[in-house]
Amino acid sequence: MGRESVKKFGVVVFPGSNCDHDAYHALKHVMQQDAEFIWHKNTTLGDVDAVILPGGFSYGDYLRTGAIARFSPVMREVVKFAEAGGTVIGICNGFQILLEAGLLPGAMLRNRSLKFICKYVTLKVENAHTRFTSACTPGGLLKIPIAHGEGNYFADDDTLAELCDNGQIVFRYSDEHGNTTDETNPNGSLLNIAGIVNKQGNVLGMMPHPERAVESELGSTDGRTIFTSIINNVLHHSS
Amino acid sequence: MNQEPEVTLASALHHGLTEAEYNRVLDILGRTPSFTELGIYSVMWSEHCSYKNSIAQLKTLPRTGKKLLVGAGEENAGLVDIGDGLAVAFKIESHNHPSAVEPYQGAATGIGGIMRDIFTMGARPIAGLNSLRFGSLDAMRTRWLFKGIVKGIGDYGNSFGVPTVAGEVYFDPCYQTNPLVNAMSVGIVQHSKVASAIAKGEGNTVMIVGASTGRDGIHGATFASEEISEKSEAKRPSVQVGDPFTEKLLLEATLEVIHGDLLVGIQDMGAAGITCSTMEMSAKGNSGMVIDLDKVPVRESGMSAYEIMLSESQERMLLVSKPGMEEKIREVFAKWDLHCVAIGTVTNDGIVRIYHHGVLKAEVPAETLVLGGGAPIYIRETLEPVYLQAVRSIDVKLIPEPTEYGAAIDALLRSPNIASKRWVYEQYDSMVRTNTIAYQGCDAAIVKIKDTEKYLSMKTDCNGRYVYLNPRKGAMIAVAESARNVVCSGGTPLAITNCLNFGNPYKPEMYWQFSEAVAGVGEACRVLDTPVTGGNVSFYNESPTAAVYPTPVIGMVGLIENRKFITPSAFQSAGDDIVLLGTNRGDINGSEYVSALHGICGADAPYFDIQEEKRLHECTLELIHAGLIRSAHDVSDGGIIVTLIESATCGVECTGFSVEVRNGMRMDHVLFGEEQSRIVVSAQRSKRETIMDVCTRHGVPAAVIGSVTNDATGHIQECVTIDLHAAKNIMSVAIGERMEEVVSAIL
Repeated sequence: MGRESVKKFGVVVFPGSNCDHDAYHALKHVMQQDAEFIWHKNTTLGDVDAVILPGGFSYGDYLRTGAIARFSPVMREVVKFAEAGGTVIGICNGFQILLEAGLLPGAMLRNRSLKFICKYVTLKVENAHTRFTSACTPGGLLKIPIAHGEGNYFADDDTLAELCDNGQIVFRYSDEHGNTTDETNPNGSLLNIAGIVNKQGNVLGMMPHPERAVESELGSTDGRTIFTSIINNVLHHSS
Repeated sequence: MNQEPEVTLASALHHGLTEAEYNRVLDILGRTPSFTELGIYSVMWSEHCSYKNSIAQLKTLPRTGKKLLVGAGEENAGLVDIGDGLAVAFKIESHNHPSAVEPYQGAATGIGGIMRDIFTMGARPIAGLNSLRFGSLDAMRTRWLFKGIVKGIGDYGNSFGVPTVAGEVYFDPCYQTNPLVNAMSVGIVQHSKVASAIAKGEGNTVMIVGASTGRDGIHGATFASEEISEKSEAKRPSVQVGDPFTEKLLLEATLEVIHGDLLVGIQDMGAAGITCSTMEMSAKGNSGMVIDLDKVPVRESGMSAYEIMLSESQERMLLVSKPGMEEKIREVFAKWDLHCVAIGTVTNDGIVRIYHHGVLKAEVPAETLVLGGGAPIYIRETLEPVYLQAVRSIDVKLIPEPTEYGAAIDALLRSPNIASKRWVYEQYDSMVRTNTIAYQGCDAAIVKIKDTEKYLSMKTDCNGRYVYLNPRKGAMIAVAESARNVVCSGGTPLAITNCLNFGNPYKPEMYWQFSEAVAGVGEACRVLDTPVTGGNVSFYNESPTAAVYPTPVIGMVGLIENRKFITPSAFQSAGDDIVLLGTNRGDINGSEYVSALHGICGADAPYFDIQEEKRLHECTLELIHAGLIRSAHDVSDGGIIVTLIESATCGVECTGFSVEVRNGMRMDHVLFGEEQSRIVVSAQRSKRETIMDVCTRHGVPAAVIGSVTNDATGHIQECVTIDLHAAKNIMSVAIGERMEEVVSAIL
């Protein structure tokens, strides 16, 4: 792979982020891309091609998950970047922050079991025509772990209808045959939603952790397809 | 400003000092101590800080080895060389008493405390483990404790961002009022970046960093040195409150200042807060300190010197700056939005002087307060407990053979001690940091060390019932099983940390259990060449009715040199031989079967021979290193039937087995016996002869007892056929179903 095809990912570090190094490692060492950390107090994103809001417990998730992080100085830049069409992926806590920041519709409730859940789940790819999923098989299944206490996606009926109509639902929790039933729903999310994109298709939020599923010895490499899609689709900033 | 209360013998006794200890304080100081000084002596000489009743026994443990870089008791945790210029720091600690009265915060701060012990050495924590004991799940109080403790561990560890990778949970009525919460942390550090808990260099600045100091946790260490009683509820203010977010920031900032070479020394504040850190760091450096408490960031106004000195507010560190580095240190902590305040300087006269509002509140020789210095050391009276006569007279062989083996096996699988702990571990983030190998069952947790070829294997173990029945043998088994688990995963056992949970040491029968168990741990560690790197003693695990089982929990860490040695416990392929390494003796003494199905605890711990165990480990490691076996799973709680069922059901796909094990013995004794030093391995048939040769060379009995099948049934010839999907389901939901009962009962 020539350097021109290497993309630069900015991994935002909030106080309390704890999957920042995992995302960095997955992109830099496994996917062989450029990656750098972006400190939450920064007022510029630098020349990155895509932004990752990683998992963790930003600001301790005190008050409400993602509620404080969205006021970080760096988030103003992330919003600008997204509004200009830049590629942003929020994973777990990053998804929660995107919801709080209004870059994605809906909200997160506590898991219906009221317990934190960490386990591998199966995701059905509902839309393989996004810049985050173009390398996935339409309707294909991905084995990727979840680890969250508040991943129970909620939105009002109008919003849900809009998400469906626009193909904004990207991943749903399913069984190993692709059935999305209540039994396969780990946290109570409406419509088994595990990940959505905005209407423009440049901002993805997902609760499962693709960065944890890029090395076979850890249990799965299915997370790579998501990163591969992004790498294939984002434009490289001329430097 | 309020005057401090007058100090008398009565107030000293109220603080938990004995009359002799109080007289010793008078002798040391040559005067009556101030109230603050009394607080300092009482907490430093409490069992929790001084190990006064245990240290003499602990010194009999093997604490040296060629790979030990820091031995037991020298620093906050032990340090073992793993090559590549790296070392592993690890330690286990109890938080039993706080968790008994406030399960959520008690357990959470237990995690916080042990993590700080690791990163205060400069090591980045890479894994957490925990060992929990509860009363019967039939009791609502147990469910409340269980739920709160697991949630406390999860919430703290998950937010802090260190994976919780392994542990064990046992239920027995003896832990009804006094649960055990032991937490272990494992970290990695470069040899050149290790920090020391030392204060030296006259004039160097002493700084407090991290959270501010409040009134929480005052006298927590003293509380931990008493029996649990109805009055314990009133001690709830002695339980600290955890803030994993601050701890996460503190971790990053601390590693940054340590690795930036800005410090002389650093110590975390756990039990006894500023008192313990100032005294221990000074004593270690043969130095002293002048501390101005007015500078300590406090959470509330009006705190006295006594309260500030004894506060156990969490997420704080005391550090000594290298000359001229203060500003750089402040910058690092400012970046992480944490307090960093100079509160004093290092002196060289061995005295720690504490000022508050300009008044000298305490002036004490540091050395007189610490373990290894002036703290008292006692060897208590021992007496073999009377109960042993009674339990030894029980003949478990009189228990009739089950008429219905299928039902007996189902009941055993449903026992929460045997059932899957999925309800627990799914609440823990076991994967963050993306180093946790697995997800198809291994006897020990395996964590990758990034940038090397190596992996660490780790496990905690202790069957308290064995130790109760035979303290020395039971403790040896705890060491042996933890090592055996590491071996089965493909690791070479390196060293242990231990958490010794016992009753009141002033009771001769308790002290006998303690000294016997320590002797057992020592003997097993010597034979298995796994030195003790440190740990923790928790006495007074008693309620008004009885003590807990003596429970010396062993945390073992092993090294896997290469990925190809990683061995699952799950059977891999139909047609493979199932080989038993070791000998079936049909010994149901102390077994889960006898306890769970018949309510009997007798007559002895099961058969164990440490030499046999050592040969088994060497043999198994050779089989693994030579690539001869595909799975390995040790025989432990529940006997060989549970081992076989687990090996068939813990993989990605459910396999099956068909075996012949009776060998002339009673079938229930063979299936459920827990005699030690056995491992069930699976291997291709073509490897059979080579395997037998290796076993013969090591003097390990080995027998092909059957083969792996793919029909999801477990077939025990002439006895029973088990539906393994059903068996797996029973194990998987047993604990969760019991806990759901709580929810419906409360709603």
